[in-house]
Amino acid sequence: MLSLFAHWQTLKQNPRNAWIAWIALGLLLVALPFLSDWTLGRSWVRILAFVLLYVMLALGLNIVVGFAGLLDLGYVAFFAVGAYLYALLASPHFGIHLPFWVLLPLGALVACVFGVLLGAPTLRLRGDYLAIVTLGFGEIIRIFLNNLNAPINLTNGPQGVNLIDPVSFGDFSLSKSHDLFGINFAPVHNYYYLFLVIALIIIFVGFRLQHSRLGRAWAAIREDEVAAAATGINTRNMKLLAFAMGASFGGVSGGLFAGFQGFVSPESFTLIESVMVLCMVVLGGMGHIPGVIVGAILLVALPEALRYLGPLQQSLFNKVLVDPADLRMLLFGLVLVVMMIFRPSGIWPSPTRQRELTPEDGIANQEKESVYDANR
Amino acid sequence: MPIASTDTLLRVHSVTKSFGGLMALSEVSLSISRGQIYGLIGPNGAGKTTLFNVLTGLYHADHGEFQLNGIHLANKKPHKIAQHGLARTFQNIRLFANMTALENVMVGRHARTHTGVLGAILRTPHARAEEKEIRDRARELLSYMGIAAFAEDLAKNLSYGDQRRLEIARAMATDPQLLALDEPAAGMNATETTALKKLIEKIRSDGLTVLLIEHDMKLVMGVCDTVAVLDYGEKIAEGSPQEVQRDPLVIEAYLGCAP
Repeated sequence: MLSLFAHWQTLKQNPRNAWIAWIALGLLLVALPFLSDWTLGRSWVRILAFVLLYVMLALGLNIVVGFAGLLDLGYVAFFAVGAYLYALLASPHFGIHLPFWVLLPLGALVACVFGVLLGAPTLRLRGDYLAIVTLGFGEIIRIFLNNLNAPINLTNGPQGVNLIDPVSFGDFSLSKSHDLFGINFAPVHNYYYLFLVIALIIIFVGFRLQHSRLGRAWAAIREDEVAAAATGINTRNMKLLAFAMGASFGGVSGGLFAGFQGFVSPESFTLIESVMVLCMVVLGGMGHIPGVIVGAILLVALPEALRYLGPLQQSLFNKVLVDPADLRMLLFGLVLVVMMIFRPSGIWPSPTRQRELTPEDGIANQEKESVYDANR
Repeated sequence: MPIASTDTLLRVHSVTKSFGGLMALSEVSLSISRGQIYGLIGPNGAGKTTLFNVLTGLYHADHGEFQLNGIHLANKKPHKIAQHGLARTFQNIRLFANMTALENVMVGRHARTHTGVLGAILRTPHARAEEKEIRDRARELLSYMGIAAFAEDLAKNLSYGDQRRLEIARAMATDPQLLALDEPAAGMNATETTALKKLIEKIRSDGLTVLLIEHDMKLVMGVCDTVAVLDYGEKIAEGSPQEVQRDPLVIEAYLGCAP
């Protein structure tokens, strides 16, 4: 896989080959649900949809953690806000049924407001302290969702909200099978394509933000906040903007999640979710969008793939020696530890980030300098 | 060489700052004319950097005030002060270490550009033009400082002298009226210091006013029009380099009291 990444770098230098690679990737993404239907089975289409959902989440958190360097351990709160907003405004719970195209932007907006609400009191905090406060915020949101069923039943408490309206565009409901161009699209296919489109939009927005004066200002704050302020950057506003943008991505994915599942409950928004999304960002390559995408794909798909270890043991030894669920967490932990030892900058770090963690480079340059000085 | 201008750019009026019981600055007043190179010297711990930090908004003064171009800036936020035209470098270099030299200078243009979230996402013609302006100006400044060759290198991989130059380039990218340099010659060899002297003179002749903290007396005496001396947080002398060098109080501060 690593050689694949190296290959990618050389690909970029040849525009014609790059186009061919892009088109191939595009066709693969379009054909993927049918390919997996055909090979691995329908359950994998669902997993693919979840991969895309987590790609969106990870890219949102990447803005806060990767770009601006603010360690946020309560990111799942924004996912929850988006999901519950969708659930409450499109279900029999309140009898409100707003259309999808209203709810998605609204979810982004409300999550954005929550992002600023969390960001504002934490502006002076950095590193560990920020992590603790954001962790608390994530838990507060979850506990609120759990307990806001009395005195007025707002969230329906631990039972969660059921019978959420499926995503639909007019009469075209994504939760029904459709025959288009002679191909039968099952609901899970429809959702896959919806998620794909929105994930692509989020990737695009992420790239554009990173390569703008805003992205540079975030990087400057990450590198040295004092110097950034002295260089004329309004650090308060830029940090709030990072929280707001990250949160709005989370809100969008939350809304999609609610529509896809048809059911939300506070259990889906625990601390471990925040930690998983953070792992995707760190493991993939903090601040590097392609890396974060790879991180999300691996961390969603890998545990699912490890499920096959149960049947495999059954067929090999006629009994299950290690419970696949235990094995999954064990291997997962192992992968994380090994990664941090051998590729601390992530699976696919940005080229600059890679240089950052290779100290030889700096020393070699210094050596060169002193030789240069001596010659002078 | 001194420019006979009475047009005051920076006026500092009885700025006082203490840390607990330690009086870092007491009633410091000075005024810098437009186009001057103004030196600020003094023994270690005299309060020079503290004054810089107050002027650039990193510290709040206990009392006192200062104006740049007649605008009161005391206790304003650092980014506001930078936007009003006071840019600085740091005594212990504070570059964005893991960004390229070019990006470092491009960050300096932040205060003078306006593209927002929508402009950045949609890359509107205006945003694109602005981005090009930022890049062109940053490259221009790198050439101006003589470090254009390192544009794509990470800031932390530059040599010490080049990092100092890069910091000046970043400060100049904010289009300052007053450029405040905190010990720019620290750690430089004689050749580099001579080059720095030429550079500071070039910056002045291009219309900027320079406030210079420096320990290298040859540099200070050679380049400054006016020199102020701080000792224990108080201004003990101010005048031309020659006057200051003869001042008995200054000699005492640096060499101790005559027996």
